Amino acid sequence: MIDVNKIRSDFPILSRKVNGQDLVYFDNAATSQTPTQVIDVIIDYYSRLNSNIHRGVHKLSQEATEAYEIARIKIQKHFNAAKPYEIILTSGTTEGINLIASGYSNLLKPKDELIISAMEHHSNIVPWQMLCEKTGAYLKVIPMTLEGTLNMKAFGELLNKKTKLVFINHVSNALGTVNPIVEIINKAHANDAYVLIDGAQACPHIKPDLQALDVDFYVTSAHKLCGPTGVGMLYGKAELLKLLPPYQGGGEMISTVTFEKTTYADLPHKFEAGTPNIAGVIAFGAALDYMNDIGFDSIAKYENELLNYATDSLQKIDGMKIYGEAHNKTAVISFNVGKIHPYDLGSILDQLGIAVRTGHHCAQPIMDFFEIPGTVRASFSFYNTFEEIDRFIAGVDKAAGMLQ
Amino acid sequence: MKSLKNFHFFEDWMQRYEYMIELGKSLPLIDEEYKTDNHIIKGCQSKVWIHAALEKEQVNFTADSDAIITKGIIAILIRVFSNQRPKAILEANTEFIDKIGLKEHLSPTRANGLASMIKQIKMYAVAFQTQLN
Repeated sequence: MIDVNKIRSDFPILSRKVNGQDLVYFDNAATSQTPTQVIDVIIDYYSRLNSNIHRGVHKLSQEATEAYEIARIKIQKHFNAAKPYEIILTSGTTEGINLIASGYSNLLKPKDELIISAMEHHSNIVPWQMLCEKTGAYLKVIPMTLEGTLNMKAFGELLNKKTKLVFINHVSNALGTVNPIVEIINKAHANDAYVLIDGAQACPHIKPDLQALDVDFYVTSAHKLCGPTGVGMLYGKAELLKLLPPYQGGGEMISTVTFEKTTYADLPHKFEAGTPNIAGVIAFGAALDYMNDIGFDSIAKYENELLNYATDSLQKIDGMKIYGEAHNKTAVISFNVGKIHPYDLGSILDQLGIAVRTGHHCAQPIMDFFEIPGTVRASFSFYNTFEEIDRFIAGVDKAAGMLQ
Repeated sequence: MKSLKNFHFFEDWMQRYEYMIELGKSLPLIDEEYKTDNHIIKGCQSKVWIHAALEKEQVNFTADSDAIITKGIIAILIRVFSNQRPKAILEANTEFIDKIGLKEHLSPTRANGLASMIKQIKMYAVAFQTQLN
């Protein structure tokens, strides 16, 4: 059970005013808010532990290193990876994807094939296009249905012996669709292709079990799950990560350096050049603790109630068109009202203290598919309330009246 | 420059927005033939097209946008800058945007769109000024 009033008291930002009104924050799919329990960890790090890790012999460095590595183990346990060194700490989902794309630029051959889906975020399209340009590989796209789900029959037809890698988001950021990743992973593996899952939108709502999924690579960002920005993780199966060359050169990632030859450090340090975001990683661990204390089952159940309530209420508004009507979706509603431009609707909602996202959500191919300039996207979190949804619905109604 | 004093009377954001929406409806619309990528302003969340013509040494602007509030913003700019000599447009300072409270109601992303519109208007003026010299 979610005690939403108690939870809300953990988030200082939720009590601020915007344009003279109580903030209603419905842009959670862009970034989640940060509870005091996580903010305090960042303050504590800089107040008590700040030092560089893995190198110092002194006490501060040892304590900071320990806190950093404990966070890695928390992340490993949360996602149920087999080993802590299969967790590479990154600056976020985008860096994780680029790290893999860069690594495979040496392993792919011309005419190899990569598969992505029609509902990817630009960050899961562009790096693979760049990889194809570099290697001469081809990019194939799984088409989407009008409900905003993947055409799985078409996926089966795209797979063949030339397919080397498959990249799919676990949940679509623009539509909220939860993709059938178990089926995707199993089918790809049956064709000897590896799979990278972009979990940025899934992880705030779903706790993935990476070993049970048998996924090859999985990436996500801390700031989507109550953690700080600029931190994320890349999971990779150890045997696959070992095949990839280092991503960036620098300190930390080396074993020995002479001017003739450098030997690289073992996992995970091979991929963690330079001083990392130490406070951010420790706070990432604290954010996972916070969310696990509430419990992902409770979070999913409550958010689903918010989603159903908001969907039912929105559908009563004249001209309402919701994009993404998958049966299995997270608490995200992408919509337009009649011919109203999403920018106009979003501007009026902002005046009412309601934060939503407008535009193409970094997923232009989806907007082209539906032949719209963009959508208004409201995304809910476990700290949102039914009363906030009522204010949002009234706001959409008022804006529609002004703009039509 | 023309007066935009109406704006000062709006204490309430809703009135201000309603006025902008009304202004948007009075916008001198760009000919469809000019609604091409050449006339699109970059940096806006919505699509904005601006075209200018020189008549009797004065610049006339026409424009359009797919968003109504954006249309209102361009309508204000065009009220200020249309039927002016290129030199006057080039010399005009744009403090009026702050004064009428437009900027405070525009987030940085939207303000960038506004800045791009003004830049485009001034670019037209530069081109026409060169023709006149």
